[in-house]
Amino acid sequence: MAEAGKLRFHVPEPEVRPGGTPDFSNVPIPKAGSVPKPPIDVDPREIRDLAFSIIRVLDRAGEAVGPWAGMLSDEELLEGLRHMMTLRAFDARMQMAQRQGKTSFYMQHLGEEAVSCAFRRALDKGDMNFPTYRQAGLLIADDYPMVTMMNQIYSNEADPLKGRQLPIMYSSKEHGFFSISGNLATQYIQAVGWAMASAISGDTRIAAAWIGDGSTAESDFHSALVFASTYKAPVILNIVNNQWAISTFQGIARGGAGTFAARGLGFGIPALRVDGNDYLAVHAVAKWAAERARANLGPTLIEYVTYRAGAHSTSDDPSAYRPKAESEAWPLGDPVVRLKNHLIHRGVWSDERHAQAETEILETVITAQKEAESHGTLHAGGKPSIRDMFEGLYAEMPPHLKRQRQQAGI
Amino acid sequence: MARKTMIEAIRDAMDVAMGLDERVVVFGEDVGFFGGVFRCTQGLQAKYGKSRCFDAPINESGIVGAAIGMAAYGLKPCVEIQFADYMYPAYDQLTQEAARLRYRSNGDFTCPIVVRMPTGGGIFGGQTHSQSPEALFTHVSGLKTVVPSNPSDAKGLLIAAIEDPDPVIFLEPKRLYNGPFDGHHDKPITPWSKHDLGEVADGHYTVPLGKAVIRRPGNAVTVLAYGTMVYVAQAAAEETGIDAEVIDLRTLLPLDLDTIVESVKKTGRCVVVHEATLTSGFGAELMSLVQENCFYHLEAPVMRVAGWDTPYPHAQEWDYFPGPARVGRALIATMEA
Ligand SMILES: Cc1ncc(C[n+]2csc(CCOP(=O)(O)OP(=O)(O)O)c2C)c(N)n1
Repeated sequence: MAEAGKLRFHVPEPEVRPGGTPDFSNVPIPKAGSVPKPPIDVDPREIRDLAFSIIRVLDRAGEAVGPWAGMLSDEELLEGLRHMMTLRAFDARMQMAQRQGKTSFYMQHLGEEAVSCAFRRALDKGDMNFPTYRQAGLLIADDYPMVTMMNQIYSNEADPLKGRQLPIMYSSKEHGFFSISGNLATQYIQAVGWAMASAISGDTRIAAAWIGDGSTAESDFHSALVFASTYKAPVILNIVNNQWAISTFQGIARGGAGTFAARGLGFGIPALRVDGNDYLAVHAVAKWAAERARANLGPTLIEYVTYRAGAHSTSDDPSAYRPKAESEAWPLGDPVVRLKNHLIHRGVWSDERHAQAETEILETVITAQKEAESHGTLHAGGKPSIRDMFEGLYAEMPPHLKRQRQQAGI
Repeated sequence: MARKTMIEAIRDAMDVAMGLDERVVVFGEDVGFFGGVFRCTQGLQAKYGKSRCFDAPINESGIVGAAIGMAAYGLKPCVEIQFADYMYPAYDQLTQEAARLRYRSNGDFTCPIVVRMPTGGGIFGGQTHSQSPEALFTHVSGLKTVVPSNPSDAKGLLIAAIEDPDPVIFLEPKRLYNGPFDGHHDKPITPWSKHDLGEVADGHYTVPLGKAVIRRPGNAVTVLAYGTMVYVAQAAAEETGIDAEVIDLRTLLPLDLDTIVESVKKTGRCVVVHEATLTSGFGAELMSLVQENCFYHLEAPVMRVAGWDTPYPHAQEWDYFPGPARVGRALIATMEA
C-alpha cells in the first residue's frame, strides 16, 4: 500500500544516458510470425492485444514467417531494397552537401527507411499521404525525380517551391505527398479531413496520416483520432516511434505505461504495432489497413517500432543525450541489412550483387546531384527570383502586396 | 427580394452556395441537426443531407484542420466556430496552415475555406462571448478577413467568400444578427424587417471582397468603421451634427485603400473606430495608412476610438463598448483640433 504524505513530482527518464551501456533487454520483442492476422472486418475489441505486441515477418535467419508473410514477389522485394538503399544514399549525399554549405539544413532517415518505402507500395496512385519531414521514402518509392528533391533542398532556380520552403519540406500532389509544414502534427488532422472529403464525394481514394512519437503529444493528434473515429474516415493513422524526439525519449510523450498504438483503443480505432525495420511486416500491415479503409471499415492506427539511428537533423548532436552505441544495440536491427539477408535467403540476391547495387545507386545519386547543382545551390548559382517571394500567396495578388513588391524594386 | 435578418441572410448565402456547388460542405459545433446556436444553418442538413451539413466534435483545431484537408482534396468547406472567442485552439491551423498552404506548396495545394465566427460585444457576453479578434487575422499573410454590417452585404460577401479560392475569415457581428445597433442599449432595437439594408435579393449574387462602401456621405471628417461600429458612427454624426463621412470597410484584408484615401483627402480629418482593444488593434494599421497616404491633406491628428485594453467585462458592458457618446466626443475633438 502506498502511503499518503508529501507528494513527489515524477519526470520520466530514459534508462541510459551518455557514458552508459545501452540496454534494450526490457523491450519485449515477440518472435517473428507469432502475431495472428485478423480478417479486415474484425471487431476492434477482439484485437486489442495487437496494440501491445509487435507484428514481425522476418526472423533472425532472414526467413519470412507467419500469417503476415508471403505478400510480395521477389521483384517487388528487390525493388523495395533498391528504394531503401537509394534513400540511404540520398541522405548521405545531402547530409554531406549540408556540411559543405550547399544548403542550410537536412534531416536523415537512417534506420527508418523501411517505414516510408514499404508503406508507399501498399497505397494506390491517387491516395494521399500527409507526411512529416521523415518520410521521403514515400517519394523515392513512387519514383519521384531525385533531382527535383535536390532542387528543393538547394532552393535553386529549379526548386518547384521557388525557394519559399526550408529544405526537405517537399510537396507533390501528383505523387500523393501533401505539402510538409514546419509545425508538428497539424497534418495529422488534415489527413482525416482529406479522407472525410473522399468519403463525402463517394470516391475510392484513401488518406494516410503521419506523425512521430514525440508529436503524438500535440493536440492535433487527439483531434485527428476523435474525427477519424467519429466519422469512420478512410485514413491510416501512422505513428513512427523511433524512440526519440530530438533529445527527448519517447517516455516523455507517452509516460510509463501502454504503447502509442494503444492510444487508438480508447477511440475504438483498431491499432496495430509493427516491426518498423521489417520491410515485409510494414508492407503487410499497411496493406491490411488500406484494405480496411477501402472497404469502408474506417481508420486503422499503426505504430511502427523503429529507432532513429542518425542525428535528429544536421543541427543536432545525439551524443549529448544518448549513448553513442545505442543504435547498434537496437534489437530490431537495420532494415536494409534485414531485407538484404532475406533476399539472399530466398536465393535472389548476394553480397556481391548488393555491393554492386550500392555502387550503382551512389552513381545515380551523384549524377542527380550534379544535375541539381547545375541549377544552383543555396548560396551559389541559379536562384528563385525575388518576384517569387511575393507571388503565389493568394490566387490573385492583393493591392498591398503589389505595392510592397514595387517597394522591393520589382 | 425579401426582408431578412442577418441570420436568415447568412443561411440563405450557404443555401445558395450549397445548391450551386456540391463541393460546398458546412459543419461545426451544433450546426447540423439543430441548425446552429444562432440558427444560421437551420434546415441545411434536412435539405442537403448529413454529408453536406453535419455536427462536429467540440474541437476547433479539428474543425479547421479537417476543413483544410477537405479543401486540399477539392471541397469547399464553410465551417463555423461557435464564437470568435473560441477560435484560439484553431489559430495554429488558420495561421500556419490555411494561410500558407498555397504559398508553401507553390499552388500545388490550395485552401478555399471559409471560417465563420460570431464576433463582437454589446450582448452581455462577458469575456468569452464578446471578443473582436480581427487584428489577429489581418496580421497573418495569406488570410482574408471580412466583417459584414447588414443582411444584404452579409449574404453577398459570404457567397463571395465561399467562392473565393483562398481562406477567408468571416466575422459576423452577433449584435447585428437581428437588427442594426447604434450603441443606444436603452432604446428598443429596430428589427431588420424595418430597415432598408434588410432587403436581401433572392438567389445568387456577390458583394466583392476588398471593396468598402460609404454609408453616410459627409465633408467634415472621415470615419473608418466596420461591423456594429458603422451604426454607432452614424448615430454619433447625427447626434453631434458633424457632417461625418462614414465608411463601412466590409473587408479588412484586402483593404479598399482607395476609398479611404479619397475620402480623407476630401475631409482632411479621420477618426477610426472599432470594438476591439486599442493597442495593436486594426485601427493602428488604418491610422498608419491614412498618415502615410494623406499626410499633406490632414488638418488634425488621426484619432481612434476603441475598446479599452482590458478583457471584455460583464457588468461594465456599456462603459467598455465604444458607444455614440465616446465616438461623438472624438468627432468633436477632431473638428476642434
Ligand atoms: C509545433 C512544433 N513544436 C516544436 C517543433 C520543433 N521540433 C521539430 S522536430 C521536433 C521533434 C519531433 O519528434 P518526433 O515527433 O518524435 O519525430 P522525429 O523527429 O523523431 O521523426 C521538435 C520538437 C516544431 N517543429 N513544431
